[in-house]
Amino acid sequence: MSTSSQPLSRRSFGRLAAGAAGAIGMGASGACAPQGTRPSARSPLRIMAINHVWSQAIKRRTKEFEERIGRRVSMTLLTSDQLSSSYNVKLNASGTDVDVMMVRALQEQLVFAHNDWLTDLTDLVEGDKEFAWADFQKAPRDASLAAGKILSVPVVTERPTLYYRKDLVEGLGGPPRTLDALMSAALELTEKKKGFYGYVGRGQRSGAVSQWSSFLYSHGGDFLVDGKSAIGSRQALAAYDYYGKLLGTAGPPGATNMSLEQAMPIFAQGKAAFYIDADAIYSNFLDPKIATPAVRESVGFAPFPAGPAGAKPHNIPSWSLGINKFSLLRDDAWEFIRWAAGPKMSAALQSDGIPGARRSVWSDRRTLAAFPPDLAEAMRLNAERGLGYDRPRVLQVGRARDIVGRPLVAAILGESVRPVVRDADAEFAEFLVRDNRHKES
Amino acid sequence: MAATEVSAPQAGTRSSTPRPGARRTRTPRTFEQANRRLKWAMLAPALLFVGLMIVFPLAFTLDLSLTDAFGAVNADKRHIGLRNFTDALGDTRRFWPAARRTLVFTVGAVILETVLGLALAMLMRKPFRGMRLVRTVLIIPLLATPVAIGILWLLILDPTNGIANHLLEGLGLPRQEFLGSVSQSLPMLMLIDVWQWTPMMTLLLLAGLSTLPEEPEEAALVDGANAWQRFRYVVLPMLGPTLATALVLRAVDALKTFDILYATKGAGGGSDFEVETLNVYAYGLTFDYQEYGLAAAVLVLFTLFIIGVVVVLRRRGGGKNA
Repeated sequence: MSTSSQPLSRRSFGRLAAGAAGAIGMGASGACAPQGTRPSARSPLRIMAINHVWSQAIKRRTKEFEERIGRRVSMTLLTSDQLSSSYNVKLNASGTDVDVMMVRALQEQLVFAHNDWLTDLTDLVEGDKEFAWADFQKAPRDASLAAGKILSVPVVTERPTLYYRKDLVEGLGGPPRTLDALMSAALELTEKKKGFYGYVGRGQRSGAVSQWSSFLYSHGGDFLVDGKSAIGSRQALAAYDYYGKLLGTAGPPGATNMSLEQAMPIFAQGKAAFYIDADAIYSNFLDPKIATPAVRESVGFAPFPAGPAGAKPHNIPSWSLGINKFSLLRDDAWEFIRWAAGPKMSAALQSDGIPGARRSVWSDRRTLAAFPPDLAEAMRLNAERGLGYDRPRVLQVGRARDIVGRPLVAAILGESVRPVVRDADAEFAEFLVRDNRHKES
Repeated sequence: MAATEVSAPQAGTRSSTPRPGARRTRTPRTFEQANRRLKWAMLAPALLFVGLMIVFPLAFTLDLSLTDAFGAVNADKRHIGLRNFTDALGDTRRFWPAARRTLVFTVGAVILETVLGLALAMLMRKPFRGMRLVRTVLIIPLLATPVAIGILWLLILDPTNGIANHLLEGLGLPRQEFLGSVSQSLPMLMLIDVWQWTPMMTLLLLAGLSTLPEEPEEAALVDGANAWQRFRYVVLPMLGPTLATALVLRAVDALKTFDILYATKGAGGGSDFEVETLNVYAYGLTFDYQEYGLAAAVLVLFTLFIIGVVVVLRRRGGGKNA
């Protein structure tokens, strides 16, 4: 059936086709931002960051920076998973719509370096006396390097702190100083029928690995020894057993589904006696919007308890700032890092209770005054004793965490850990071969 | 228009080329010829869109699946033949358990949705008071996004603070871990899927039932068939094509489920990979492990798996009509 009453000549058809192609072409060219040209003064400096107390504090202060550079700042705050996925999508497409990137030096920095997604900051960082690179703690500085190049600047550091209820441990002679004492106190205080638990912590396969690392080190173990898997060692097995028993017996139901987001509210609501997690989140337990009055009034902070090998917590740079290799505003991005991670801002933020990475702020009594005294002391001791990593130092950290965390789940579920550890150890060894192959490629 | 005016084709020339000098025969076109060109002009944007959005990604994924791409999609990579496919098919730790979970989730959820959907459609077949209200209520779960639904159920089923455990306690039943449990997570997610998608099955089957002729059923009633016999031997065979279509649509959708699994259990499909389906596994390979070659191979295998399921369902469910 005909739909047209007008015959269409070859010339008309050609015009129509050319018009359509032109329209599509114009549309496509309009949609694509010009590559390699400097954006106009109205284009904002785009910062992608984790939704963290540090980034919230910086966001509140950006007006000062905007006036300094004469450019608007656009800051996007996401969860760590969302942030990671966004980077993968944007940078795989060589996206120019992110300038400053908040990255986890211990999680994705190596793979980003492998992909050549981060700008080499070595000359900028080392050539700027005012920035004082030597003022940063050694562990965070070391974690910022990849193949000898400085790829990020640390802004937040973390150590595991023992959060406890002072009112509950009064009869036990104060907070536990050893892992054995923690276990017995947690078991003693657990009353599952009343919905009260002796201990709460992360139990998710991957999410728990970073917290479990301190238990592993304190049992004398490590993830890798001489580049080979060490999760099958006697010490690692003991650490798996310990953590599984602690969380499985004294912990709340559904512990294997718990990461920071699930575990923290249980302690904040006064349903647990002990909780070990990052010290950077302590303000949640003093916040009336999150914690119950019982917790706010009685929360105490203690250093990580000693295991058979002593107290060996981690002391890590949890978040750092880098510059997207494809950014068209690299100069402004570096100005932002100078401002946000500079000595002045680090001191200001630490005075607000956000633990930084500079030695100068840690030795300044005024900045430490922001923290409750027992927390400041716990942080100081943990930093002194700490190791600079809390997960395997490999290229594919996500995969490594999935393998290392598997026996943890079995232990929490009360299953026999030994065969799972054996299998995970073999899988980790296979993984390391593959990871090394990727590193060399 | 006189067809005789068009000259006969000559050897060595295109059949549509008019003879020199025959001016009247050069410009006229049949409506069909004009329409054919106009049709292609109109179709061009759609074809371009399909090419860019479907054919290119599929071809790119297929090519990627034959490489050792890692870290970045556009990084240097080598073609390694079918090694990713053999690696995936030989992986008994993650790939095959994920394939099994995909199948269990799909079969379990779709069977429940079909049975419940059919039952509800039969109940709602005859008009009753408040029917519009019931239909409106039925549609509500379909309107919400799966991520919102996941978060809603996560709050309801929270083992420590969720309302579900308070209700169980009120009834004197023991508390449950629900989505916090390794063993209960997949069944719970299947039930959430059933809660969300049964209404769609009901509406589809209700539409099918409303088109069925009433005479065969009346004849069966006159012959003395009871309600079950009328349903089993008269209604169900007539509803076959609609049922098959609904089943294929829902099964394909259930096979691809991702958002609700991610919203409730996060990346990685839970602590013991308890809800890691092929979709979740491929996502993890891509975004957590940056193993683009292997992820592409898993997705190609998954696509073949979906095509296989559709073919089987269409054959079993009277595919010619579906």
